[in-house]
Amino acid sequence: MCGIVGIYLKNEKLKDSLGSLLSKMLINMGSRGPDSAGFAIYKKEEKEKFKYSICINKLSFKDFEERINKHLDAELIKNSDHVILKTSVKPEPMLTILKNHFQDVALVGYGKSIEIFKQVGDPSEVVKKFKLDDYSGSHAIGHTRMATESAITTDGSHPYSTGEDECLVHNGSLSNHNNLRRKLKKDGVNFDSENDTEVAAGYISNNLSNKKNLKETLKDSLKDLDGFYTFITGTKDGFAVLRDEIACKPAVIAETDDYVAIASEFQAMAHLPKVNNAKIFEPEPGVVYSWGN
Amino acid sequence: MELDLKKLELRNVNEKLQNLDRKTNERDFTITNPEGNHAICAGLDKEMNITIKGHVGYYCAGMNKKANITIEGNVGTGVAENMMSGKVHVKGNASQSAGATAHGGLLIIDGDASSRCGISMKGVDIIVKGSVGHMSGFMSQSGNLIVCGDAGEALGDSLYETNIYIKGNVKSLGADCVEKKMDKKHINKLKKFLKNAEIKNHKAEDFKRYGSARQLYNFKIDNNY
Repeated sequence: MCGIVGIYLKNEKLKDSLGSLLSKMLINMGSRGPDSAGFAIYKKEEKEKFKYSICINKLSFKDFEERINKHLDAELIKNSDHVILKTSVKPEPMLTILKNHFQDVALVGYGKSIEIFKQVGDPSEVVKKFKLDDYSGSHAIGHTRMATESAITTDGSHPYSTGEDECLVHNGSLSNHNNLRRKLKKDGVNFDSENDTEVAAGYISNNLSNKKNLKETLKDSLKDLDGFYTFITGTKDGFAVLRDEIACKPAVIAETDDYVAIASEFQAMAHLPKVNNAKIFEPEPGVVYSWGN
Repeated sequence: MELDLKKLELRNVNEKLQNLDRKTNERDFTITNPEGNHAICAGLDKEMNITIKGHVGYYCAGMNKKANITIEGNVGTGVAENMMSGKVHVKGNASQSAGATAHGGLLIIDGDASSRCGISMKGVDIIVKGSVGHMSGFMSQSGNLIVCGDAGEALGDSLYETNIYIKGNVKSLGADCVEKKMDKKHINKLKKFLKNAEIKNHKAEDFKRYGSARQLYNFKIDNNY
């Protein structure tokens, strides 16, 4: 089943309440996905700084801090079992450092503005644990998972990073993920889990790194991905939505002068300001919708 | 009587409507703050008038019998699914599978309905003032599906019977669905439906009629696809 949500603010005045708006959306979608939850939140970027969202649930914060200081100069911000590592080190060398020396942690996302947090457990517990209510930002997407294709683990949770400042959440299931994973592995894409969405994320990031833009990539996924899906892809400037052409998986969008919100069900948006006067519609199958991109 | 879903549990509201207190003879209800909840007014089986003020979730007015339910907002998946009789009027848009498997009654949607509107309908009359999405009337068996706007891909795919009337464009017809001649009797029947739904800006003569070619009724040994 799974629930997906997203909100993009048009009115800057709402930015301090972004976290609390998203938090209620995720808690409501707990009915569609009680196994794990996660969210990606986009904040104003800092000059020359990169942020790496790292899950360190197998280590203590102190251990991690000591070890990271041996390799680079970084500011660490702890949030439960995740750490946001701020540094001037660029993604390519950073990813090599993590791969060679930190195999016991999981990089869940990176970029100049994105921060990703995800963990197993009921969505209401997960948002409390990461204090989502206190977050501000420009836009955010989130996911509540009912596990079907693979086990309930942190690396089976969404959102999936698809590259610098990019991520993906997915409601549905893919049936050709094993074939596609094999192909993508040959192209040098790494996978950490048996999860089908991770394959979709790998597919999108691989296409994007081959210089295709996000809209083209999503259009291509209509012919290359077999299964049922509603995708939300987050980027530095906004998000995009795509439903497969059969459109069994739901999605509803509410747009006002102040924000655009998307959710699997309307009830997840019922608390949003002035939602009853919003323009409410379902995204059409096979059509890419995007905001801020 | 007003039933506020911010103050009352959904289950209690549905129970109250399913077990009307005969002593009070109260038959008019307004439901406020539906906030997208699922299965509002499901399983009602007595004559009563209900107005729901706001957007609702899945399966609103499901299995309805005799009740007259108006939704002043949008509805989620499967509005009036398996309705037996009565009337359901949606003032906004409807999500997929509106009127699915419904045996009787009247479903009116003022806005658009998305995919699979009237899937497997078994006798209901559905009037959509806007457009319908892909695979509408899929495997439909009986009843009337009337659309004042356009229809998406594969209209009436694998239908048994059912009269489908579309005023606008049809993106494509599904397997075994064909355009049929609009006779005087069909125009007269459609006129009644339009009048009943208070539709004045569309003329029955402008609609096209679609139905079953009845080629899938029996297995054909020569079929090799």
